[in-house]
Amino acid sequence: MMQRRTILLSGAAAVALPRAAAAQQVRLLNVSYDPTRELYQDVNAAFAKSWSAQSKGSITIQQSHGGSGRQARSVIDGLEADVVTLALAYDIDAIAERGLIATDWQKRLPSNSAPYTSTIVFLVRRGNPKKIKDWSDLARSDIKVITPNPKTSGGARWNYLAAWGYALRTEGGDAAKAEKFVGEIFANAPVLDTGARGSTVTFVQRGIGDVLLAWENEAFLAINELGKDKLEIVVPSVSILAEPPVAVVDKVVDRRGTRAAAQAYLEFLYTPAGQEIAAKHYYRPRDSQAGAKYTAAFPKIDLFTIDQVFSGWQTAQKTHFADGGIFDRLYKRKR
Amino acid sequence: MATRPRSAVDARTEPSPVRWLLITVALLFVAIFIVLPLVSVFTEALRQGFGAYFGALADADARAAIGLTLTVAAIAVPLNLVFGVVAAWAIAKFDFRGKSLLITFIDLPFSVSPVISGLIYVLLFGLQGWLGPFLSEQGFKIIFAVPGIVLATIFVTFPFVARELIPLMQEQGTDEEEAALVLGASGWQTFRRVTLPNIRWGLLYGVLLCNARAMGEFGAVSVVSGHIRGLTNTMPLHVEILYNEYNFVASFAVASLLALLALVTLAAKSGIEWKIGRGLTGRGH
Repeated sequence: MMQRRTILLSGAAAVALPRAAAAQQVRLLNVSYDPTRELYQDVNAAFAKSWSAQSKGSITIQQSHGGSGRQARSVIDGLEADVVTLALAYDIDAIAERGLIATDWQKRLPSNSAPYTSTIVFLVRRGNPKKIKDWSDLARSDIKVITPNPKTSGGARWNYLAAWGYALRTEGGDAAKAEKFVGEIFANAPVLDTGARGSTVTFVQRGIGDVLLAWENEAFLAINELGKDKLEIVVPSVSILAEPPVAVVDKVVDRRGTRAAAQAYLEFLYTPAGQEIAAKHYYRPRDSQAGAKYTAAFPKIDLFTIDQVFSGWQTAQKTHFADGGIFDRLYKRKR
Repeated sequence: MATRPRSAVDARTEPSPVRWLLITVALLFVAIFIVLPLVSVFTEALRQGFGAYFGALADADARAAIGLTLTVAAIAVPLNLVFGVVAAWAIAKFDFRGKSLLITFIDLPFSVSPVISGLIYVLLFGLQGWLGPFLSEQGFKIIFAVPGIVLATIFVTFPFVARELIPLMQEQGTDEEEAALVLGASGWQTFRRVTLPNIRWGLLYGVLLCNARAMGEFGAVSVVSGHIRGLTNTMPLHVEILYNEYNFVASFAVASLLALLALVTLAAKSGIEWKIGRGLTGRGH
């Protein structure tokens, strides 16, 4: 028995070798959602610099990106994330439900643990050939709408809820009419990618569809990368205030002994330097002073929150996106 | 024979318009679906010149992806080589109960979608899976780490060697081995001196195909990888990540390495077939 134990342990040591070598050097894994790749590349570099400037040694932050729901699933299945920076609170709730994160996580950092916000806008081809102005145009039968799948993508859930919120406003709060309206929009979707970046590539690279429902930051990035001569942003009359939250994964940091670094990393996002980087990547910073030269480009939109219209993520998830929820119903009807 | 009238239709072959039509269709098909994409990979990769191309390959994350892919293949291919020879030997040379069941199981990875191949390991070794919690307590990391990627790769590539050897060994029968044994050779000597030379080209062919798939596998590996840059990204996964980051030159540069691998495999395969065709093995394939 003793011997078997030793073999097991030495096996474990062999598997965990890269970790053991990092005694001096801290290594964090940030599991994030799709459009934040460029944001966190900058944040990581800046944070590592300030960390070593405080003579705390060197720190490396590794990144993993994908659809928010899928990333949460991976963390639940054992992907060793020290911090998660996902698209919506529900996905972090799902991790907390499995006991990996304390259930009061959203109160541990300022502003609902969302250091930056964003919203949903439309990206259309240059010159807006189909004259898409507002949500109501997306339900027209001659429009092809590109959005990821709300089942796997956080951005897509924000898209869906923004459309729903618009319909509730214009139809005087009639849920049946909202369902019909959102159903018409999804009936116009020829493909549903698993993540926001996949949808952007479908729309921009493959040239499919007339309008992309996109994170505001993703829309700005696509225009910067691929040219103002090809795409333009259309701002709808009303949209949703998206709050992508962040959290330390308690179980992982306690096991790996990285809590201090992980906590500092997330707090860095709230510092003026962190807020400036967020603004530079077209996330709306919480600090209205930060990154003024970037935020000037943000359009003024009438934004509603998920708490106002949907009584929070838990309810929204259960009603709309759970198995057998409204999304399943209206998407099945399409076929 | 010498003075065949020109108007007579040669019964041994199709009339020449039909022949030309068939050849043209086949060539066109190959050009559109295989040559064109292949050319485009290299064109895109070299769009900004060789400097950018090699720069992209020298990037730390790209190097890590290349290293990981080579490591995974270096573990998965030898294991499947051993497994393939053992299984083919058992199936071709012995009769036992459950033999057809074994053959069916060997074929399973061919018929299962790679996504499922990945998910079964998540179900087994994931934190919510059967063995995950126990392994996690012991400090083992299987999925979202290199061992999981190796496991998934072994699973999707394990039929290649066995499938190549079984028909070959069945056709060859056991006569030569029996003769060797009668003449006093030990089991190991028989294998090394008689069986191995007989199957070497088939074996090499199987290993080539196994290696190509091991390095190129996307679906199963994507499920168990966790997509950590510089750590658990294999080359195919890295290609997708770079593409999604609008980094097209780098993406196609890494893709071109995989395409090169395919070309090398193809050339080696043709070489082997040529050797077999010339009868260097002493018998037909």
